[in-house]
Amino acid sequence: MATVWVFVEETEGVPTPLSLEVLTGARKLGDVTALYLGSGSQEAMATVGEHGATKVLQMETGDRLPAGPVAAALANKAGEDSPDLILFGQNYTDRDVAGRLSARLGVGVLSNASAVRLVDGRVETDHEIFGGNQIATATCAESPFIVVVRPKSFTAEPMGGAAPTVETLDLPDTGSSEATVLESHVEEREGPQLGEASIVISGGRGLGSAEAYELIERAAKPLGAATGATRAIVDAGWVPYAKQVGQTGKTVKPDIYIAAGISGAMQHLVGMKDAGTIIAINKDPDAPIFSVADLGIVGDVHKVLPKLIEALESR
Amino acid sequence: MNVVVCVKQIPDPATPYKLEEGTSWLIRPEDQVLDDTDRYGVEMGLQLAQESEGTVTLVSMGPTGNAQGIRQALAMGADRAIMIEDDGLRGSDALTTARVLAAAISSEAFDLVITGTESTDGYSGVVPQMIAELLGAPALTYATKVEVGDGVVTIHRQTAAGYDVVTSSTPAVVSVTAGVVEPRYPTFKGIMDAKKKPIENKTMSDLGVENRLAQEVAKITNAPEREAGRRIEDEGDAHTEIVALLEDRKVI
Repeated sequence: MATVWVFVEETEGVPTPLSLEVLTGARKLGDVTALYLGSGSQEAMATVGEHGATKVLQMETGDRLPAGPVAAALANKAGEDSPDLILFGQNYTDRDVAGRLSARLGVGVLSNASAVRLVDGRVETDHEIFGGNQIATATCAESPFIVVVRPKSFTAEPMGGAAPTVETLDLPDTGSSEATVLESHVEEREGPQLGEASIVISGGRGLGSAEAYELIERAAKPLGAATGATRAIVDAGWVPYAKQVGQTGKTVKPDIYIAAGISGAMQHLVGMKDAGTIIAINKDPDAPIFSVADLGIVGDVHKVLPKLIEALESR
Repeated sequence: MNVVVCVKQIPDPATPYKLEEGTSWLIRPEDQVLDDTDRYGVEMGLQLAQESEGTVTLVSMGPTGNAQGIRQALAMGADRAIMIEDDGLRGSDALTTARVLAAAISSEAFDLVITGTESTDGYSGVVPQMIAELLGAPALTYATKVEVGDGVVTIHRQTAAGYDVVTSSTPAVVSVTAGVVEPRYPTFKGIMDAKKKPIENKTMSDLGVENRLAQEVAKITNAPEREAGRRIEDEGDAHTEIVALLEDRKVI
């Protein structure tokens, strides 16, 4: 049976939803060890066990930026345990650790995978390309296989596994590579998180100005929706990077996705085309977004959104 | 302070991308553009170097073509460029790319290496961290703000919840997000000057790096297509259609 390592990050004391998704996908591939970054309460460990890990290697970094020391510790441990496959979620610290670990071990990384299979001593991964119109299947024989998985590739499901055995992994000194976290700021946010919301409303260039993004926020409130954005308006500085939906941003899979003033560049489509129902509002009848929309409205967001907001608020 | 900025020329994202028959490698035309996300790194580098009268060196891997993408970054104000082009590097993965870039960077005197978060055409999103590991330097990633002073670099690092303030000594690798600074537009003088700025070409053997070619594309298949639904013209009451659909889906 293959040995599969899964990098697990913690948020507010519990494993992140993405980590639980990857654990769920991993348990079909072999015997799962969770590489747990955080303090790891008993309850958190139980959750990790329920999602398929039989063993946990726990790491605490304190005020050290995790990637350097964690990659060093994992590289040493990989030498002893010879895992076949090391899985990460496509997230901030996950990618940092995956990159550094790859360079340390001298094996490549398969990024942005939407499916992972072990076939005849090789790893096989699927990657959505060209806005998700096509799927490239990649293979690699260089082990351990390091794969970074896109959010929403698997559905997190507990399976009632027992509490895992927990071992603490000491982190080595990494000398000149060290970086220190001085402070953590939690930005106040209203409503649900982009990655987990059941309704998402996003704005694009068609809004015309940074100020008009307020229309997105106002429409989101009565719906209990999370707000997103295209790369174009993030690049333009209208909204922060954290709101970016798409290939180089977040992948969302809500029940409802409302695209307002979004043309539907491939970069954006790949991040949202798996939504249950897609509603698009755009002035240009030829906008590519209409080819994936269940309801397409050819019209001006500045006219449609205020009326929609009024209708939703009056309910 | 001397800054190295990693940049990439990519096929114009406004044109359809094509894959080579057999290998499925991206076909790169003669005409490539500077990856838009690299403009933030170039601008950041220029601002930091200007404060201390340092230099900005661009390092880039890939087919040079007519070099117009690199000239775009030189026109913004970078001093010179190192281009690594080698037929043997075709099909290289993120690790080989990082090894090439790190080898080229290590022959430069630098205080800071600045990169984007991920390229628009390859988007593996792991190259900055690999470069840092290969250089034995810290990687301060996903920066939304960067400050440098007296051998120390401090950034705001984007997190899921907000941001962390992260610091390290230099030399260091910093990957920046879009919006970290407002990139300047090249001036006419900048564009003219860029034509005369030096571009130094290097090959794999100059750097002593090999291409492992450990990954390959086994096949390309069409994804299941999503059917387009109803499309209507707004005549002042299209919002009622949205409300009706939301009611139908039982979310309101």
